[in-house]
Amino acid sequence: MQELKANGFIEADGRRIPVVPARLSPRDILGGWKVRWGIGRNRYSIQPGLYAVGAPNAESPLLVTANYKLSFDRLRAELAALDAWILVLDTRGINVWCAAGKGTFGTRELEQKLLSLRPGEIVSHRTLILPQLGATGVSAPEVREATGWRVVFGPVRARDLPAFVSSGLRKNAAMRRVEFRFADRMAVAPIELVQSWPFLLGITAASVLLAIPFGPGFPARLLSVLLPLIGAVLVGTVFFPALLPVLPFRAFSLKGALIGIAWGLTASIAASASIVGSLALILVAAPVASFLAMGFTGASTFTCQAGAEMEVRRGVIPMIVSAAIGGGLLAASRYLGV
Amino acid sequence: MRMTYIRNGETLRLDGELCNGCGRCIEVCPHEVFVMTDAKAWIADRAACMECGACANNCEPGAITVRAGVGCATAVISGMLRGTGPDCSCGGGRKGGCCG
Repeated sequence: MQELKANGFIEADGRRIPVVPARLSPRDILGGWKVRWGIGRNRYSIQPGLYAVGAPNAESPLLVTANYKLSFDRLRAELAALDAWILVLDTRGINVWCAAGKGTFGTRELEQKLLSLRPGEIVSHRTLILPQLGATGVSAPEVREATGWRVVFGPVRARDLPAFVSSGLRKNAAMRRVEFRFADRMAVAPIELVQSWPFLLGITAASVLLAIPFGPGFPARLLSVLLPLIGAVLVGTVFFPALLPVLPFRAFSLKGALIGIAWGLTASIAASASIVGSLALILVAAPVASFLAMGFTGASTFTCQAGAEMEVRRGVIPMIVSAAIGGGLLAASRYLGV
Repeated sequence: MRMTYIRNGETLRLDGELCNGCGRCIEVCPHEVFVMTDAKAWIADRAACMECGACANNCEPGAITVRAGVGCATAVISGMLRGTGPDCSCGGGRKGGCCG
């Protein structure tokens, strides 16, 4: 759990509500960058509860968010021009969309926090503004029925909140739409790369084994396998998200296999590998890139479960077979000199 | 740019008889799947539907049904390995790329 530095406190309903700054400190920005690389990600949460930004009063909007610090920071950073209350649910440090899918950013949790934190004694209205992506977990009709609070689903992105509030809680189509632009895709690429460590480890171990014995020829033998295969991991985790919209096919595994093959071919030509050596690199690079690309369905914003299931059922066996044949050919190329 | 995936929206159903035209589905859908015509919601772009379930969860008259799930191959695989069905709780905190 992270400490939040309050600017001060607002006295309301005999309570001291912490006022958090609408500006991120260098430490907040560094923390956000670190979690994008997977550093300290499981501890990047804040205390659930009621907070204030600016100088809110009884009529000020009441916003609801998750206790993942990155979500909370994204929200408050957009509120410089707004006086608002923020109700932070306990989502166990998970962002709004994932927590909503899981149900922790959910109807029950919201109802519980409305009971325990009694925001109704601080504001005079009965309107909660939730991030739109919380709608998979929170049912507005059920919350209304159980608590009397009206749930309004605001924009997807916090940066549209000031416009949403000033227009009288009206949302245009752009505010409702989830995008997955280049910058969005690249923001999640580092974590994909970090999580591919078992691949990097396996590839390194296999490359070292194939290059043994240690001696004058070792570095060259090692790099001839290691570099193309590390490249395949980069292709699957970084090039794939970059190229996602322009790659043919709709299944991520097919898109990934395609750039994996292209990469294997390029690396073989660059290294002037033998026919067997080239085939081996392609047969290993393709499933590596394909599997990692398939994993990107989890980070993407438009994939459904039925499709992911189909990819896994049809894709994994061919990937394993391809990698096994490729690995065998790599060994053949090394020891038989073909 | 509109990107689509495989098998999108196959389980999404909207019963026009039950729809009361409240517009919640349009308010919560992240991919503009629905449009409102003659005070009723209609499915206009099924191929864009990722089956997140936000619409059905917020449809008061229960006019919308969908098999909501996680479109994550890693969750599908870990569910298969554990025999629990797709589940994206990767460890204590989430580690899936989706959860950043």
